[in-house]
Amino acid sequence: MTRINLTVDGQRVADDVEPRMLLVQYLREKLGKTGTVVGCDTSNCGACTVHLDGRSVKSCNVLAVQADGGEVTTIEGLAGEDGQLHPVQEAFRECHGLQCGYCTPGMIMQTVDLLAENPSPSEEAIRLGLEGNLCRCTGYHNIVRAVQHAAGTTGAAEGASA
Amino acid sequence: MTATQEPAAGTEIGRDRRRKEDQRLITGRTRWTDNITLPGMLHLAMVRSPFPHARITGIETEAAKQSPNVVAVLTGADLGEAQGACINAWPVVPDQVTPAHLPMPVDRVAFAGETVAVVVARSAAEARDAAELVEVDYEELPAALDLKDAAAAHENGGAIAHPDLGTNVSAVWRFDSAEAGTGGDVEAAIAEARENGIVIEREYRQQRLIPAFMEPRSTVVDPTGEQITVWSATQVPHILRFAIAATTGVPESKIRVIAPDVGGGFGGKLQQTPEEMITFAVARRLGKPVKFTETRSESLLTAHHGRDQWQRLTLAATKDGHVTGLKVDLLADLGAYVAIVGGGVPVLGAFMFNAIYKFPAYQFQTTNVLTNKTWTDAYRGAGRPEATFAIERLMDELAAELGKDPLEVRELNWIKHEEFPFTTVAGLEYDSGNYEAATARAKEMFGYDALRAEQAERRARKDKVQLGIGVSTFTEMCGLAPSRVLGSLNYGAGGWEHAEVRMLATGKVEVVTGASAHGQGHETAFSQIVADRLGVPFEDIEVLHGDTQISHKGLDTYGSRSLVVGGEALVRAADKVIEKARPIAAHLLEASVDDLEFSGGRFAVKGTDQGMAITEIATAVFAAHNLPDGLEPSIDSEATFDPVNFNYPHGTHLCAVEVDTETGQVKLRSYACCDDIGNVINPLIVAGQVHGGLVQGIAQALWEEAVYDDNGTLVTGSFVDYLLPTAADTISFDLDHTTSPATTNSLGTKGVGEAGTIASTPAVVNAVVDALRPYGVHDVAMPCTPERVWRAINSGGSGGETTEAAAPHFDESEGAAQ
Repeated sequence: MTRINLTVDGQRVADDVEPRMLLVQYLREKLGKTGTVVGCDTSNCGACTVHLDGRSVKSCNVLAVQADGGEVTTIEGLAGEDGQLHPVQEAFRECHGLQCGYCTPGMIMQTVDLLAENPSPSEEAIRLGLEGNLCRCTGYHNIVRAVQHAAGTTGAAEGASA
Repeated sequence: MTATQEPAAGTEIGRDRRRKEDQRLITGRTRWTDNITLPGMLHLAMVRSPFPHARITGIETEAAKQSPNVVAVLTGADLGEAQGACINAWPVVPDQVTPAHLPMPVDRVAFAGETVAVVVARSAAEARDAAELVEVDYEELPAALDLKDAAAAHENGGAIAHPDLGTNVSAVWRFDSAEAGTGGDVEAAIAEARENGIVIEREYRQQRLIPAFMEPRSTVVDPTGEQITVWSATQVPHILRFAIAATTGVPESKIRVIAPDVGGGFGGKLQQTPEEMITFAVARRLGKPVKFTETRSESLLTAHHGRDQWQRLTLAATKDGHVTGLKVDLLADLGAYVAIVGGGVPVLGAFMFNAIYKFPAYQFQTTNVLTNKTWTDAYRGAGRPEATFAIERLMDELAAELGKDPLEVRELNWIKHEEFPFTTVAGLEYDSGNYEAATARAKEMFGYDALRAEQAERRARKDKVQLGIGVSTFTEMCGLAPSRVLGSLNYGAGGWEHAEVRMLATGKVEVVTGASAHGQGHETAFSQIVADRLGVPFEDIEVLHGDTQISHKGLDTYGSRSLVVGGEALVRAADKVIEKARPIAAHLLEASVDDLEFSGGRFAVKGTDQGMAITEIATAVFAAHNLPDGLEPSIDSEATFDPVNFNYPHGTHLCAVEVDTETGQVKLRSYACCDDIGNVINPLIVAGQVHGGLVQGIAQALWEEAVYDDNGTLVTGSFVDYLLPTAADTISFDLDHTTSPATTNSLGTKGVGEAGTIASTPAVVNAVVDALRPYGVHDVAMPCTPERVWRAINSGGSGGETTEAAAPHFDESEGAAQ
């Protein structure tokens, strides 16, 4: 067991963890942060995407011990303390960028990172930027619209239509 | 028909309401089954066979039992009859050959991935560690792997998937229009065409696909209450409860099944799975809550697959292009067991090969074959994508033979809008449709003529990148299903749906539906329906589903049935509420029942300003102080609706691809579709269903295939090798609708959940083939990978089979290091 200290969604936490424990397991099993989910075993699907020290990571691809001393933000910590949704969360709802919602936490966290790096991405840049996050429901059409909407590069009406 | 449907002011139906479901899903406040943790809960790991067919000669569990925090290690023999059985609900013929299917077999495994032992431990990681320590001795048996070989094995001494059955042929199911009295003799039509017309003969492969829902399957069973509670990532909580009760002997009333948030299904979660049954059995045996959550590799390996057919097709036509007959001969791979719908999947396609065309003669036969591979069952479209692919490819081949535009040949043969309702050669009555209008609109959106001109120009200058235009004018049968029809097809259950509307004292409304959403947005769309019907605010309606204790009756969600069957049940339940409220309103308003009008949520006395809201009546009924004599104090109502017919959405899909003839790379250029799905409840949700459906169908055309090697090992057993499309692979789509309301439900709606998937696959492959016709190519097998396209261009043929398509992960010379 290894002692780790980190901040998750603004809360300081400390635990003894097995060295092999993945960050996603730590979040889900130790902290009950079940908003972050597991979709594959091979870091292909991105459903488990969170932010570690401000950058998106696939939390199935990071050991909990690697997050020691770090700051993690999950989908549960993205909205403001008053419940005010993050603009990317709002955009996914506005543009119907989710159906079953299983990929959504990862999609949203990746989108936040993508827009931080490139605030006005082209459609191609959006599609390439989300290449590591799989969705089986939406065909990506409305996810792309949601990212454009959050970036302010398309209107809500256009985003919501076919 | 109107080109667009605008909602009337103040109504909910037709509005692009944002979804009620989303607030939780975008903030991570979710209830996936794997999120559930109960006091003392134990975790399962499965020990799975690496061989496709083998006798189990010994299972050594002692080392695993000694592993830290392991509570039990159990085999099929240990669980015995308590494990129940996996059922097939649709024996398609009375003498169907159906192997017994124990969730955990005792003496023989029939596919690679089948569970032979289960480890129970205090944590999932410890269970998995210990599963590695279980030693199983196998005696390998010859495995039936290739579909064509397996179909003939009883004649030529080939491998039999279940040796005691003596054959791999589970069933031969046939429909013939001459025998059924719905049309002529197909052999005569083909003979005539051989003499004086055109005969198109083709063999197409429907490759094996994996539904690949994003949420891996998970089941939690808590046996500590009076009832055994089962949470499962399932599309079918009601059917699962029935199947558990029917096969374990536990009374149905002692089982509660909950489908909490479910992360996609696409048919892949309409199964009663071995894993669910094993989890149930272990929980009962140990008296403790237990959880099993599969890994993605387990999901790809053991959750049912879809498609997997060989299609031999003969189309007869006159020299001027009028179709005269269609003969379909399928081989369908069921995998190792006959799944819950199982052999019914190809049968669901039997009525759809004739599609929108007026064939005078038709014959369909499917031979359902058992193999030693993962079982197959419904995957988005279930039988109808296969049928649509075949006919839409053939219509393009006919057009090529005639030298005509593929849309022109279709129009020559399709049912004209004034001919509805139309009884087809397969015996179905299509209630409504307008193929002319949908096609005209799709062509306009697509810029059909301009793209044809560009194609001609590229061909003329022998551009290395050729443009292909693909057409698919599909229809499908959905809204499963009229119970009498299901009965006539030997299906084991009905096709009705149930709904209940509860009027609460505070003016809120609870709607209970037997449909079980897993991403479709029922909570939003059903709220819109009830809001309009009862005149109560959208926000005041709560839709409850997916829990057999709340929704006690239902047949769940698949086959594009939730709206057209479940929605109609809801309409009828709401109407009963109004009728039950009417005499109470009359009593309270001191008016005659005949003088009351109900609109906008209010009973009004004609010709006066007197009136009362239905929510006020609900409050008065709750108090029950002043009701008419003899009336029960309730206006809550329920309804069970059994449809009289299937439901027939249709549409015209047009796809343009660019094919690099030097590399074989196919690039999507544009895609336009005009779907006629009748009246639309929520255009936003409909668009989402179409987009997602399109990509799943396009993925079959271009990327996805479940591939087995010669040893019966699934080599596409992870998302590294099974190519789910990404955002970077796909494009944005151009959608519109024409509207021919269905005549068989009050709202005039048609199913949309499967439409995109059914339509898009042939549109894409037709486009690829269209691009390559100048190179002498008349088929490219799916998925149309660059390699296969390149081979088709350079050596003719359709590009060959996929054999071990997966890239090796390790240098073979270093293989020993693994």
